[in-house]
Amino acid sequence: MVWRDYQKEIADDHFFYVRSCIRQSFFPGSEQFFLHLMREVLGKDVYENPSHTTCTGIGYHSDVVPFSTIQTVVARHYALMKEAGYKNIAISCVTSFGIYTEILETWKHFPEELEKTREYLYKATGREFDVPENVVHTSDLVYKFRDQIASAAKFRLVNKLTGEPLRVVEHIGCHYAKIFPKYGIGGAEFPHVLSGMIESWGGEVVDYPERRHCCGFGFRQYLVQANRGYSLSNTVKKFTSMKPYKPDLVLTNCPGCTMFMDKWQYTIREMDGSTFGADGESIPVLTYEELAALVMGYNPWDIGLQIHMVQSEPLLRKMGIEFDPRDKYLTKDGRQMPIPKDLINS
Amino acid sequence: MGKSVVVIGGGTAGMEAAGRLAHEGYSVTLIEKGEEFGGHLRDWYHLFPDRRSSDEVLAYLNNQVSHQNIRLLKGQRVTGFQRKGNEFIVSTGGGDTINADALLLATGFDLFKSQRKEEYGYGIYDNVITSADLEMMFRKKDLRLANGIIPERVGFLHCVGSRDEKVGNIYCSKLCCVTAVKQAIEVRKMIPSAKVFCFYMDMRMGGALYEELYKEAQEKYSVSFIRGKVSEVAVNINDRLVAKVEDTLAGRPLKMELDMLVLMAGMEMSEDGIKLADGAKLKRGENRFFQPADHHFGTNIGNMKGVFYAGACTAPLNITETISHARSAVTEIVNYLNSEK
Repeated sequence: MVWRDYQKEIADDHFFYVRSCIRQSFFPGSEQFFLHLMREVLGKDVYENPSHTTCTGIGYHSDVVPFSTIQTVVARHYALMKEAGYKNIAISCVTSFGIYTEILETWKHFPEELEKTREYLYKATGREFDVPENVVHTSDLVYKFRDQIASAAKFRLVNKLTGEPLRVVEHIGCHYAKIFPKYGIGGAEFPHVLSGMIESWGGEVVDYPERRHCCGFGFRQYLVQANRGYSLSNTVKKFTSMKPYKPDLVLTNCPGCTMFMDKWQYTIREMDGSTFGADGESIPVLTYEELAALVMGYNPWDIGLQIHMVQSEPLLRKMGIEFDPRDKYLTKDGRQMPIPKDLINS
Repeated sequence: MGKSVVVIGGGTAGMEAAGRLAHEGYSVTLIEKGEEFGGHLRDWYHLFPDRRSSDEVLAYLNNQVSHQNIRLLKGQRVTGFQRKGNEFIVSTGGGDTINADALLLATGFDLFKSQRKEEYGYGIYDNVITSADLEMMFRKKDLRLANGIIPERVGFLHCVGSRDEKVGNIYCSKLCCVTAVKQAIEVRKMIPSAKVFCFYMDMRMGGALYEELYKEAQEKYSVSFIRGKVSEVAVNINDRLVAKVEDTLAGRPLKMELDMLVLMAGMEMSEDGIKLADGAKLKRGENRFFQPADHHFGTNIGNMKGVFYAGACTAPLNITETISHARSAVTEIVNYLNSEK
C-alpha cells in the first residue's frame, strides 16, 4: 500500500516522556496505562522530569505566545532531556508533537533560529541542549509494539455475538502528520499508526468520506467562544459522514480529538437529539492506550472509561468483556463516589 | 562518412532521429531499455488534436528505423558513458561497450507517480485511475469500473504532479489539458450517456487546434469544465467516489459523487535520464530535465561536446514537437560531425 513509503524510525528504549496539558484530566487512564505498558509490561526505560512544563502550543496557536518564546520553552525541555542523559523523546500530545517537529524543521532550514534559541535559553536559565536523535509520538510506540500487545490479548476487536470484526473509525490528530507527513507512520493522507493497531487487534478500519476531516477542535474555532458553532458544525459533518457505516468505536491519538469527539456527541444529542452509532446509541471514543488496555484484559473501570462522556458499555459487551456496574464509581479503597445521572450509552 | 552515433532511448524522439541519421549515411546504434521500441506511444490510443491513431505514428517510426545503417538493441539499459578523445564509449547493462563519434540522449520522460498525491487515492481506490490507465482501456475498447460496470459519471483531474510545489514540480506539463479534453470526448463517444467533468486550474490550450477541440468538447460532447482543484477523494457507503472540489467560478465548495476519477499525470524527467546525467555531469535545469546549452538556439546541445538531446528529456513536449526536436537534433549532430572531420 501507499503508506509503506512513509515509515519512520522509532527507537526501542530509553525515552524522555513529555505530558499533555489536558489528557491527564479528561482521560487519566491513558497516561497511566501507557507508562505501565512501557515500564512494567515491556520493560522499557521511560523517564519523566517533574520540571517539564506545557509546550505552550495552545498559546502559540492562539497567537498569544510568540514563536521565539515557544522555541525557547521547547529548548528547555530538550535541556532537561540532555541533563537526564536521554536522546529519544516520546511526546504524548499531538499538538505538542506538531510543535516539536515544526521547531526541529525550522532549525534545520533556518539555523540562525537555532542559534538564537540557544542564546535565549542560556541567558534565561543557564541551560544548554542537544537536538533529540529520535522524536516519536506515544502512539508510534504503541504501534511499534502492537503485535506484542496482540499476542498478549485476552479480547479481540471482534463482535462476540456475530463473530464479525468490530468496525472502528480511526481519527488521527491533524498535527500528527498533516504538517510534516514524514514524521508520521503512513504519512498524512492514510496514516497507519492507528489503523495498524486496529488490524493487529482484529478490528476492521472504516474508510468514510470525511475520514481526514478535523474533529472540530481547532484552537481558533474553539477558544473564541463566538466560533464554537463552527467547531460543532465540523464535528457534525464528520459524525454524519461516518454514521452509515455503524461504527462500534472511534479510536484517536490526540487528546483534543478524544475530548471533542466524545463531548460534542453529548452536546449534539442535547441540541437536536442526533446520535451517530447503531440503534440510537452514541459512539464510544477511546484513546489507543485505553483500547490496548481493554484488549489486554484490564478492568475498564481501572483505566477510567467511566470518565468519558460517552460510556463504553455497548463496546464492552460486544468484545465480551465482563464488568461489574457496581464497581464503576468506587474509589480504589472501595468507597462509593457520586454516580452521574443520564449517562450516555450506559 | 563512416561516422557513428549512439542514440539512447527508443521512443518517438530516438526513433525519428535514428532514422534521419541513417538516411544521412551515419552508422547508428539505437538502444532501448524496454522489450519494444516506441516508448510511451505504444500505450496511447488516439493522439490530439485530430484523434489520429497512435498506431499510425508508430508504424511511421518503425518504418524510419528499418534501415541497414541502424543497429537496433532492445532490452538493454545504458549504464553510463565516457568520452575519450573525440570518441564516446557507451556501456550497457549487459556488459557490452559501444563506440560512437556522437551521442544523442532521447531518454524521454516518466509519468508522474500519481500515488504521490495521496489525497487522490490512486493505488487505494480501484476507480481512481491515471490518464495512462485510461488510454490502455481505450486501446482495449473496454471502459469499465473495477466491478465490471460501465461508469456513468467520470471526472478528470488536471495538473496531477504539475504546477504543484508540494511535489516539487512548479512547471506545467503542458499536454495534460488537451489530453483531458481528448479523453473526455473519447469517454462520451464510448459511453454516450456518461456525464463527464473536468476539474482544472487553467485550461492551457496553446497548440494548433487545441482550442477548437476544447470548444467541441463543450458544445458537441457536453463536457462540464469546473475551475477548481480536487482537495481529496474518498469512497462512500455505496463504494462510490466522493470528490471534494471548490468551484472557484461559482465561489462555492462542491462534493461530487463520481464512478471514476482520471488523474492527468504530469511528465517528469525519467529516472534513467537522471542517472545518466548525474553520472556524466550533464547539466539539468530547475525542472530536473536536461538543460540545453541555449533555450533559443541550442535546445539540442548538451554541456559536453558531442552530446545532444532530443525530445521530452529536455521538457514536456507533444509528439509533433518531439519529432521536430529530433529532426533539429539531427541537424546539430550532422554539423558537429562535419566540423570534426
